[in-house]
This record gives sequence, structure tokens and C-alpha cells, in this order.
Amino acid sequence: MSADQQATQTLPALPKVKGQNLSGPARGPGKKHFGIHIFLIIMAIMWLIPLGWTIFTSLRPKADTDKYGYFSFGGSFNLDNFVQAWTQGGFAQYAWNSVLITVPSVLLILFFSSMMAFAVSRVSWKFNVTLLIMFTAGNLLPPQVLAAPLFQMFKQFQLPYSVSDSGNLLNTYISVIAVDTAFQIGFVTFVLSNYMKALSPELTEAALVDGAGIWRQYWEIIMPLCRPALAAMGTLQVIFIYNDFFWPLLFIQSGDRLPLTTAVNNLQGQFLSNYNLIAAGAMITAIPALIIYLLLQRHFVAGLTLGSSKG
Amino acid sequence: MNAASGTKTRGARSAQRAPRGRVRRLSGRDKWVLGFMVGVPTLIQLVLVWIPTLLSMALSFTRWNGLSLSDIKPAGLDNYRFIANDYPPFWPAVQHNVLWLVFLALIATPLGLLLAILLDQNIRGTKIYQSIFFTPVMLSLALIGVIWQLFYNRDNGLLNFLLGTAGTPQATDWFGDSNINIWAALVAATWRHAGYVMILYLAGLKGVDPTLREAASIDGANAVQTFFRVVFPAMRPVNIIIIVITVIESLRAFDIVYVINRGTNGLELISALVIQNLVGEGQVIGVGSALAVILLVISLVPITFYLSRAFGKEKES
Repeated sequence: MSADQQATQTLPALPKVKGQNLSGPARGPGKKHFGIHIFLIIMAIMWLIPLGWTIFTSLRPKADTDKYGYFSFGGSFNLDNFVQAWTQGGFAQYAWNSVLITVPSVLLILFFSSMMAFAVSRVSWKFNVTLLIMFTAGNLLPPQVLAAPLFQMFKQFQLPYSVSDSGNLLNTYISVIAVDTAFQIGFVTFVLSNYMKALSPELTEAALVDGAGIWRQYWEIIMPLCRPALAAMGTLQVIFIYNDFFWPLLFIQSGDRLPLTTAVNNLQGQFLSNYNLIAAGAMITAIPALIIYLLLQRHFVAGLTLGSSKG
Repeated sequence: MNAASGTKTRGARSAQRAPRGRVRRLSGRDKWVLGFMVGVPTLIQLVLVWIPTLLSMALSFTRWNGLSLSDIKPAGLDNYRFIANDYPPFWPAVQHNVLWLVFLALIATPLGLLLAILLDQNIRGTKIYQSIFFTPVMLSLALIGVIWQLFYNRDNGLLNFLLGTAGTPQATDWFGDSNINIWAALVAATWRHAGYVMILYLAGLKGVDPTLREAASIDGANAVQTFFRVVFPAMRPVNIIIIVITVIESLRAFDIVYVINRGTNGLELISALVIQNLVGEGQVIGVGSALAVILLVISLVPITFYLSRAFGKEKES
């Protein structure tokens, strides 16, 4: 259960899957699973209903639902609501804001965490475990605990108006990127350090004999070997940062600077009771996450199971 | 740092005690590099996580409207007294946080475990089921609030239609009625939490040594006994992570209630009360910070539990 044990347990777990299914319980597929299938099908249908209903509503024009009612199949199905939300509802801007926040945050997180993880796992010095504990603990705090001081710190941080139109760090992407980075490096450092610990010490010792400095050991030896973990963490962090609701809510006051996830909070006020448009807005916000899931499912799940300390 | 002095210290030190700790063999330049690699992330972490945490504690003993720093006045324990005695939403919020935890622990987490056990068997279409149950995990709780709002809506929501009450006076406003909206929100939160638990337990179950099950079945244990006596205890690392996630998730719950009604009218949670006191008209930073400290102190229980499990061994050695 120590951290490295956890890593070595989860790492080889993935390839084992197939072999284990064969040697698993002696029951073959077939009749015995009938009841289980019924249960799973009912659950799966229940699970699909909320999203299914949203998609269904989003595809129908408001005029048709007004005419036939929401609980009908009457009228046409098209993407007009999506187009309207994208162009008039400001969703194109929100999506771009999400990119502006997510991409730099994830790159910074991976860069800082991998450096820190290397330093605490591949070099032994006095405070490495203490620092790692501090990093891990930081990520587990509820964000609301830090809200007031961070807000005030950013408000007091004077910037020229040419840089920020608020005259301070509030209402800037920098504030969100900085806090997202600080909050997530704890988690990623923890996971990557477990991963790096599991790599053979001889790798860097050989390099040391060759006279390779710390930076070369990190950048040219350890980092390439961490590619699977970096891919997993990168995917996971893209989703975490993209899905972050709280920090933009706290720091960004101008509605047109909000990322998608936080902008959905204003859907109701913005589109009043046009549920078709609200549903389209919700779907636009869901789609990037679902696409990442479809394309990078393996990395995402690996990321979750690699470091399932995430709260 | 100049290279000459670096190699000198390195040479001298390695001559003294060559085989000990790798740090002895570092050149001066390496120390600078290492200082950078550790220093920058640590500085970020200190300035943006730990110093604000300490400042929250400090602010909780003051009275402040959040305008000018010179307006900060010491207030002793007044904020805490106010919260405990004269702040009506506080105790309901505590109850709701407890309810949130109990619901996730007794319903959502076991449901996720059940799904994992069922899907771990040699079942046809297991990948499809897994994808379906896992999809909500990809979505933010804020978005889940919006999606379920469409489902729960009083007049146009699917649920009231399925119950046959849509458009009638008996129609339930699932997110609006302060007697039931916490339950409605918990169902929506379960939609996500169960899938999360499922995927972690699926990985955990794959990791259990299959010979354990074989041994149990040779000893004549049935499937239920095998699971509870052998498989479940063997997944201890995963169990601990799930416990921690469940507790922390229920303390962090915020997005969904904030999207529904900003955490008022039946949906009070400590996290939401913190924010209500920090923004809006009567900014009461002291009260908000005191609530944040209460949240922090409760959170330290699962955090300490987790850290002692994850790092206990290393600290000893």
C-alpha cells in the first residue's frame, strides 16, 4: 500500500486482463448471465436517459416543441440550435476561452510536475518525502478553502492596464491558469514520482558514470521512459482543467471570458426558457470531453487508475 | 555556478564517503539544476496553495469587508460564534454534507462496486456497458446540473412526463422544492460517482491474483463468500482510495448545487456558504474564511488518513 507498491500493482494490471478472464470463475458465458444482462440493460438505459433527453431536445427547433410539445416526435430535427448557440450564444468564444486556459495549464502542469517528481524520486535528499506529502495533500484540499485569500491576493496584485483591463490579476486567464497549475501539480507529481520510482535506478546510475548531469538524466533518460504516464496524465488533466468550474467562476467577471464549463452556469439566464437552446449549449460543452474520451479512452482510464488518489 | 569549484567539491566529497547517498555525487551545476527543478514547483505550491490556506485561517479571526487591507479588524472567535449561533444556513449545510457523504457511501459507491463485479465476469458486451456507465465521469458536475435540470424540469422535464404529472398542478419541481431537491441532486451526483467507482474497482478486480479465487473455490466457498472474504480484502489499496475519494467528494461538492440555485433553499452546503459570503453585496470575508476553516478541518481527517496510508511506510524507513 505504500506509494511504490501501489504503482507496481497498477502498472502490470493492464496486460493481465485477458489471461485473467480465461482463468476466472469457471462459469461460461450463457444462461447463468441472463439475470445479470437484464439488470445491466435496465441500468444502462437509465444511465443513457439524461444525456439522451438532452440530445433529443437539442436537435428539435423551439417552434416545433412549442407546437407539438416536448414529449413528442413531431416536427423536424436539425442542428439549428447548435448553430445559434455557437454564433449568437457566444459558445464559439467560450470554446476558445477553454482552449486558452486548458492548453497552457496542462503543459505547465506536466513540465513542473515531471521536474518535481524526478527530483523527489530519482535523487535522495533530506526533504523529498516531506515535500511530496505536502504536494499530495495540497491537491486534496477543497478549493473553497483557498478562495478568499487567492481572490484578495490577485486583487492586490497591481498590473498595468495595458496588460490587464482590471488593473490587477482578476478577470485574467493568467489567474485561472496559475491556480489550476498550482492545484494540479500536487497530484501529477505524486503519480509521476511513483512511476519514476518503479524505473530501475541503474538507468540513471549508468548515465552518471558517463558524466551526464541531472538535467540530461531527467530530460533524455527518464522523460522518454515516462511517455505512457505523461500521456495518461496529460489526457486526465485536459479533462480536469476543461471541466473546472470553480476557479473561472471566482476569478473571471466578464461573461465573454468564461470557459465553456463555467459559462453553462449562465445558460438559464441567457436563453430564458428556451430549453432547446440550453440543451444545445449543454451538448456543445459535453462534446469536447466526449471526443477526448472516444479518442483517448485508454490513456484517460490509465490515468485514473494510475493515480486514483484524485478527489 | 562555476564548474571548477563544482567538480572540486564533488571530488572531495566522493573521496570522503563514496558509496553513500547520490546527492553527494552531485556537481555544483547539478545542485543548481536540482534547486530549480524543486524550487519552482515548490514556490508555486507554497504561494498559491499553502500560504492562502494559512491566510484563510488568519482571516477567519478578523472582520473585513474585503475592500482595503487597512479595514481588517481583529475579531477573535466572533465569526465562529456567529456561524454556530446566528447563521441559519450553517447547520442545514452540515446536515446536507453529512447526507451527501452517507448517500455516496451507502448508495453510489456500492452501486459502482456492483457494476464492476458484474462487468468483471465473462459477460458479452462488457465494453459497451462500461462505456455507458463511464460516460458521465467525463462531464463536469456543473454540466451534469444543467443536463439533469432539463430532465427534472417541472413542466417540460422528462421525469414528470414519465410519471404522468407533467403540466398538471401535481408536477414536482425536483430541483426547486426545498424538501426534495437535495435528493434529486444526489441522484444526479450518483450518476457520475458510480461510474468513477466502477472503473477503479474494475482495475482493482483485474489486479486480484486469480489463484486466490481458485483456492477459495477449492475450499468450497461460494461466490459471495469468495468475494467478501477473499477478493474484497485483497483489493485493500483500491478500497482505501475509494473511501478517500467518497469522503473528499462529499466535502468538495459544490458545482452542482451552485448551478442549480447557488446552494440555497434546501441545497446549502458548507462549500457553497463559503462562496456566498465572499461574493455578492455584503462581503463578509471573516465569516466566509471561518466557514472555509471549518471545511478545512473536516477535510484534514480523510487527507491525513490517506497520507498516512500512502506514505506511512516510507516515513518509517
